[in-house]
Amino acid sequence: MVTDKVILELGKKAKLMRINILKMLTKAGSGHTGGSLSAVELLVSLYFYKMRHNPADPKWEERDKFVLSKGHAAPAFYSVLALSGYFPIEELMNLRKLGSILRGHPFSAVTPGVEVSTGSLGQGLSMAGGMAIAGKLDKKNTRVYAILGDGECQEGQIWESAMSCAHYKLDNLCVLIDRNGFQIDGPIMKIMEVEPFAQKWKAFGWEVFEVDGHNLREITDALDSAEKVRGRPSVIIAETIKGKGVSFIENENRFHGTTPTKEELEKALKEIGADE
Amino acid sequence: MSKESSLKKFYGTREAYGETLVKLGRINRDIVVLDADLSGSTKTSMFAKEFPDRFFNMGVAEQNLIGTAAGLAASGKTVFVSTFAVFLTGRAWEQVRQSVSFPKQNVKLVSSHGGITVGPDGASHQSTEDISLMRTLANMKVVIPADAYEVKKVVEYAANFKGPIYIRCSRDKFPVLFDEDYVFELGKGKILRDGKDATIFACGIMVSASLEAASVLEQEGIDVRVVNMSSLKPIDEDLIIRSADDTGAIITAEEHSIIGGLGSAVAEILGENRPTPMIRVGIKDRFGMSGSSEDLLREYGLTATNLVNSAKKVLEKKGERVKA
Ligand SMILES: Cc1ncc(C[n+]2csc(CCOP(=O)(O)OP(=O)(O)O)c2C)c(N)n1
Repeated sequence: MVTDKVILELGKKAKLMRINILKMLTKAGSGHTGGSLSAVELLVSLYFYKMRHNPADPKWEERDKFVLSKGHAAPAFYSVLALSGYFPIEELMNLRKLGSILRGHPFSAVTPGVEVSTGSLGQGLSMAGGMAIAGKLDKKNTRVYAILGDGECQEGQIWESAMSCAHYKLDNLCVLIDRNGFQIDGPIMKIMEVEPFAQKWKAFGWEVFEVDGHNLREITDALDSAEKVRGRPSVIIAETIKGKGVSFIENENRFHGTTPTKEELEKALKEIGADE
Repeated sequence: MSKESSLKKFYGTREAYGETLVKLGRINRDIVVLDADLSGSTKTSMFAKEFPDRFFNMGVAEQNLIGTAAGLAASGKTVFVSTFAVFLTGRAWEQVRQSVSFPKQNVKLVSSHGGITVGPDGASHQSTEDISLMRTLANMKVVIPADAYEVKKVVEYAANFKGPIYIRCSRDKFPVLFDEDYVFELGKGKILRDGKDATIFACGIMVSASLEAASVLEQEGIDVRVVNMSSLKPIDEDLIIRSADDTGAIITAEEHSIIGGLGSAVAEILGENRPTPMIRVGIKDRFGMSGSSEDLLREYGLTATNLVNSAKKVLEKKGERVKA
């Protein structure tokens, strides 16, 4: 059971994450705002609670590994990596610039802490599965985590991988799904329904947890429970709000792939209480 | 930006595609349109708005997108299918091969976000191999229009022609080169500017860059022919051979890898018929990266300046050959 103090600390990190995400996106002038903000608590719970990792030694042999399968949430990913100490916070302001180590989508060859390259949706889970199989082969005690989008789960490859991860009993793999209910062209249920979602994963042989994706206690509890599951992979379906944390960005899907203006940034930072 | 380029008019190729689809949809009830959660970007949203019953958003699922399109085509529909170039031609390549191009289905693959001018999204979203991937497929036609007016004509052509075709559009607006009277002919290159010293074969955004380069070269006394090679497959063999004979030096210019694209296509013809001094301007066996379109075009040498330098280099090669 996680203490209240830990939850409080994680909450502070989540706030810092949102501030950085909004600032870096406004500076870059392009990028994915909504789907970055919805994944904040998931990333905070992984990097500051659950995962064993070493920012001073990104290639540490005994580390748990993470894959951002919905690669367009790179700003959230970079922000958690910077807060963890993989590179200086100031680097965030170079997002998407020519020659920057922070590309529009995660690119493992240039960014410390990024294990594999993503951005083309639907491919990350397969890679996480491969990493989990390698973990078993090498008799490692380490775990693999991946964050997927709900729209991303429309890709057939996700379900090919869902099948193989269950087939190979990858209980060292835990997937978190950012279930914010939107994709680019609109609400998932209007564009291409994925429900009954939990049943699908169950039917594919996964242990399923359903949580409020902004409730740090629920997420950390689920991560702890998932670690105890034996013989099959786990998936945590996290109900989230796209654009979470800023009233005029929440569920406002035009912010899927656009960034706040300078004025919007000011307003957003005030709302979050950036000065407090 | 030079004075000349600041006077240029710009018009989006994908906007032109969206507008033309709507126009065609009104005339031809057999036209159906499919997209994969990028209809706002590819501009098929315009068709979706006017003809919701003939528009199908398949979600983020490109392989199923292509297969479904093939099924519709096999049932007599004229099918337009769109998403970003990298996903349309890359993610679903084998579906395109097996279900569309092998059985010669009446599917029109029209991408947006071709090349590196996709910009800050970076390599995962840029498409530097689409020409190569589509060109190698038997039965497939490949067209990379040079401006929005050409897009309109190519899309109209595609709607009236039976069989698979790939058409590339882009994220950035292109300088306007033509107008409503432009005539597109599949398999024909178009000489936009004649010259006797060297020939630049270009496609897409590189056509306007080539024209710019030609005016710079003119001031230095170098007289360059510029050809819009929008039709990459079939390609205008006669014009390639004739230009080799007429000018004795060839440059190709494409926003694509020099492996498998326009440069390769031209080299194949020259190699078999008229080995000629040649330089391929394009992406040199590298992936793209994040950055503004302008920064990227400069980084990868897809500029009028680099074309000017390349023209001079190829003229040196030509001179050496004449001496030898
Ligand atoms: C293979 C592929 N197709 C299309 C895209 C373009 N794209 C980027 S984000 C997105 C929507 C994803 O929806 P979801 O996974 O729910 O992300 P979220 O709403 O959480 O941002 C699409 C279609 C892509 N990146 N990769």
